[in-house]
Amino acid sequence: MNASFRLADPERAKALSEAIRILAPPEPIKIVHVCGTHEVAISHNGIRRLLPETVTILEGPGCPVCVTPASEIDAAVEIARTGATVCSFGDMLRVPGGRVSLDQARSEGCDIRTVLSAKDAVEQARAAKGEVVFFAVGFETTAPMTAAIVLDDPPENLSVLASHKLIPPAMAALLDLPDHGIAGYLAPGHVSTIIGTGPYREWLDSYEIPVVIGGFEPLDILYAIALILRQIADGTPKVENAYPRAVDDEGNRAALNLIDEVFEVTDAAWRGIGTIPSSGLVLRERFRSIDARERFEIPEPGPDPEIPGCRCPDVLTARAVPSDCPLFGTRCTPLTPVGPCMVGAEGACSIWFRYGERRTP
Amino acid sequence: MMCLAAPALVVSVEGKIAHVDYGGVLTTARLDTLSEKVKPGDYVLIHTGFAIQRLSPEDGRETLALFDELAASLEPYRSEGEDDPPQRPSGSG
Repeated sequence: MNASFRLADPERAKALSEAIRILAPPEPIKIVHVCGTHEVAISHNGIRRLLPETVTILEGPGCPVCVTPASEIDAAVEIARTGATVCSFGDMLRVPGGRVSLDQARSEGCDIRTVLSAKDAVEQARAAKGEVVFFAVGFETTAPMTAAIVLDDPPENLSVLASHKLIPPAMAALLDLPDHGIAGYLAPGHVSTIIGTGPYREWLDSYEIPVVIGGFEPLDILYAIALILRQIADGTPKVENAYPRAVDDEGNRAALNLIDEVFEVTDAAWRGIGTIPSSGLVLRERFRSIDARERFEIPEPGPDPEIPGCRCPDVLTARAVPSDCPLFGTRCTPLTPVGPCMVGAEGACSIWFRYGERRTP
Repeated sequence: MMCLAAPALVVSVEGKIAHVDYGGVLTTARLDTLSEKVKPGDYVLIHTGFAIQRLSPEDGRETLALFDELAASLEPYRSEGEDDPPQRPSGSG
């Protein structure tokens, strides 16, 4: 299928692994990516075992489901309890809120549905008699789709509970943490398809850290890691695009215009991290009528519950790998998730459990 | 998968909807999140039912050339004693 887009030939993988070995510094370094799809590609393809022992690669806050605050899940549950239908992406249903998950609300009798696309939520609303709420989560890749349905004359019984977040401010926030130890960022390919390279320069240039945009084929990831290491070797940290077949400097203008027309940027709470300035999107004033926060009484957001023993906050800030957590694989598994990173299919703990990933060496 | 996007072949276009083929799976994708025009025979990258980028097979070949270029430019980075690379322990995964 689409052979031109499968980049996985073993000879080139060997050549790129060799390049990484040559470029890797003698001292240990930590590279962080912020994308669940990257983590799946890294774990699924055994990329960590192709890297020298000095190079560690970790997932930071790359799972939109994992970083959605419990209070927003509580809001969706309260809306569902009024009798409205709540639609969201599948993983969102299992994440524990402050009290219950959407899945548990469904077992109380609430009407909670899984959708694969924002446009499916519109179809659900057209087919329904009552209120339908689309609980919209995701980074810059997913926000344009929510914007598109808001602008596309949606049915009157549809409203949107928007919880979209922006990645470059979160990458900067991690670098403000003491002892973050991050030597370079592997930046997310499909977020970058939308935003281009500008926002990384705007947010990260002052930190003088390598930021390399990578694709998702095994060779794309090896190539991006090699470019990060080459920047470190040369002492020339900058934003570099290693995924030019899907990313250009300007980004996707149509998608960016949709985001800008519908949303404004605001400070946002990230589960496990806290409030990050200018990292969230809220519907603009003129879309208040479709804002679920206006249409329903939403409880005041409470603090996120502390989960005893759970190291999700350290995993989400790239200060621990999943297997560093005492609950990982014992009390906390995909069937019995304790923390949010074990729930989302893009959560580092869930991915490490599924692929048997572990700290190398 | 929230940031997963996959290439699909455009089969036909009706206004802002494209009928696409994901290697045998036929579905539709919205085009209003795309700046460029697409036509049957083009490849597009699709995320949650919306096209976000037009792809071309030539770009895939250009990417391979970039990989090869890097691999061929490493001489200045080699250090002494490079002939005997340390092996990772086997059986670790």
